[in-house]
Amino acid sequence: MENKIVLELSSVDMRFGGVLALDNVSFQVHEGSLTGIIGPNGAGKTTVYNIISGVYKPSSGTVFFMDQDITALRPHQITHLGIARTFQNLRLFARSSALENVMTAAQNRYRTSFLEAMFRGYLVPAARPDDDYRYSFLEASLHVGRWGRVERRLREKGMELLERVGLADRAEQAAGTLPYGMQRRLEIARALALGPKLLMLDEPAAGMNPEEVLELNGLITGIHRDFGLTTLVIEHHMNMILNICSHVICLNFGAKLFDSESDEDVDIMEIAKVREAVQHNKDVLAAYLGSDDAKEGEAV
Amino acid sequence: MKKSLFINAGIIALSLGLAFYPLGGYQEGIVILLCINCVAAMGVSILTGFTGIFTLGHAAYMALGAYTTAILTVRYGVHWLPALLAGGLIAILVAWLIGVPTLRLTGDYYAIASIGLGEAIRLILENWQSFTRGARGFPGIDPYTTRGLAVAMFAVLTILMFNLLDSRLGRELRASRDDDVAASLLGFNTPHSRMKALLISAFYCGIAGGLLGGYMSFIQPSMFDMMKSTELTAVVVFGGLGSMTGTLLGSAAITLIMEYFRDISQYRMLIYGLLLVVIMVFRPEGLLGNREIWDFLPHRSGTHSFGKGRRS
Repeated sequence: MENKIVLELSSVDMRFGGVLALDNVSFQVHEGSLTGIIGPNGAGKTTVYNIISGVYKPSSGTVFFMDQDITALRPHQITHLGIARTFQNLRLFARSSALENVMTAAQNRYRTSFLEAMFRGYLVPAARPDDDYRYSFLEASLHVGRWGRVERRLREKGMELLERVGLADRAEQAAGTLPYGMQRRLEIARALALGPKLLMLDEPAAGMNPEEVLELNGLITGIHRDFGLTTLVIEHHMNMILNICSHVICLNFGAKLFDSESDEDVDIMEIAKVREAVQHNKDVLAAYLGSDDAKEGEAV
Repeated sequence: MKKSLFINAGIIALSLGLAFYPLGGYQEGIVILLCINCVAAMGVSILTGFTGIFTLGHAAYMALGAYTTAILTVRYGVHWLPALLAGGLIAILVAWLIGVPTLRLTGDYYAIASIGLGEAIRLILENWQSFTRGARGFPGIDPYTTRGLAVAMFAVLTILMFNLLDSRLGRELRASRDDDVAASLLGFNTPHSRMKALLISAFYCGIAGGLLGGYMSFIQPSMFDMMKSTELTAVVVFGGLGSMTGTLLGSAAITLIMEYFRDISQYRMLIYGLLLVVIMVFRPEGLLGNREIWDFLPHRSGTHSFGKGRRS
C-alpha cells in the first residue's frame, strides 16, 4: 500500500502479573483503510485497543500514531490527537439523553495543526482545541458571549450525527433505556463526534441478531466511505470482518497469527481472496475450531 | 437557551421575594441562615451530586472562609466584601493543595482525606491561639451579613451555579461522574475535571462560612466540626444526588425543620436522623432524585435539564 501509515504497533508486549496477554504484537494500519482484528475470546483484541487508547501502558514496545510515539501519553491526550473508540461492554452515560452523550464528546473536538507544532519546535502535528466548539469559564457562568452560539452548534452537530446513525427520533431519550442495538450505534455517533482520524470499534456487533449485524455492516462501511475515516474493527464473528474489511489481522493467545498485508500470497485488494486466505489458514481455523493439528501442536 | 433565561429570572424573582418581603427580626434571621446554608449545600452538591466525589469535611472550607473574613475585617480593618472574597480564595487554595494528591484517584480516597482535612483544620484553628484565639472563639465581628447581602450572595451564586451546570463544564463533570474511563477517552482530563468541581465547591463553602461569621458576629472552631460536615453532605443526599433544585429544597427543608424544633434542641439530632431514615426508606434516591424541580412539570419540548434523558 502506498498510503501513509496512521497507526503502528511495534513489538508490543503486555503482561498482567504472570500472564502474557500480548506477545510481540506488531502491525500497521494505513490511512483510509478498514482494518479488522479477529480472534477468539481472550485473544487480546481488547487489550490491543486499551493499549492504543492509553488505558493500559504496554510492558514493552511502542505505539505510533501519525509518526508520533503515543505510548506514554494519557488517554485524553491520545483522544485529542484524533483516536476515538467505542467499548465492548457499552460505556454510555446511561442517565443522560442520547443527544447529551454526543454533545459531551463534540465539545472536545481538537484540531491538529502543523503550524502550531512548528512554532513549538516539533515535527509532528500538535493537537489544539477546536475554537468553534469552545467558550470560556466566564461565558459559561454568565451564559453570555459565545455560549449560546457554541451550544447551538454542539446541538446541531449532535443531531447531525444521531441522524447519521438513525437515532434522531430518540435524541431526548435516556441512553440507558435505549434498545441494545441502538446503544451500540449511539456509541459510534459519540465516537464520531470527537472528529477523529482513527475510529476504533470494539465488537460493534456483539449481542446483535443477524439482521442488525447486516444493518451495522452498512453503517460501518458507510461511515468509512463518507467520512474517509481510517477504521479499525474488532470482532470475533469472522464473517462480519471478512465481509467489510480490506485488511485483516488475526490474534490468538496474545500473538499475531496472520496479517493479510504481510502474508505475501494474498492480494489484499480482493476481499474474496482475503476470505479464502483466512479460511484456508490452518492456524486461524485451529484457533476458532480447535482442530486436531492444533492439539498435536500443543502436545509437542 | 430560553430555559436558562427562565431559570435566571426565577432565581431573581425568588431572591427579590426573600429580600423585600416584610419580615420580623427573627424570620429575617432564618432567611439569612437559609441563604447561607443553601450556598454551602450548593457547593457540596456540585462535588458530591454532580461529580460523584463524597466529602465529609466541607465544614473545613466554611471555617477557612469564616476565619479569613473575620481576621481580615477585625484585625486588619479590611472592608467585608474583599475579605469575603479572600475567604473564598483561601478555601480554593487549600482545596487545591488537598486535591492534587487525592483527586488523581477515583473512588473514596477524597472522602477519607476530607475527614482528615476537616479535623486538621479545626484543630489548627483551636490550637493556633495567637492568631485565631483558639477554642474561646473569635468575637467582635462586624455584623455585615444583612438580609440583603445574604440574599444577594445567594442569588448571584445560584445563578452562576445553574449556568455552569448547563454548560460544557456541567457536561464534563457529569461525564466524569458517570464513567471515568469513558470520560477520559472522550478527551476529558478527569483528575482536572474533579479538581474544577472541588475548587468551585470550596469557594461556595468559603463564602458561606464568611457570611456565617458576619451573621453570628462570633465564630468558634466547634461550629465547623465533623457534625457540620456530615450535615452538609446529608442535605445533598436528602435533596437528591445530581439535582441542584433538590439540594436547595432539601437545604431549606432541613434548615426550617431544625429551626422549628429549636425549643427541644436536645432532641434535634434525633429528629434529623429520623428525617434522613424516612427519606432513605421512601425515596432512596433523595427528594427529587436526579431531576430538577421543573422536570416534574408537564412540558412540551421533552427536554430535561442538564441533558438528562426521558425514561421511555
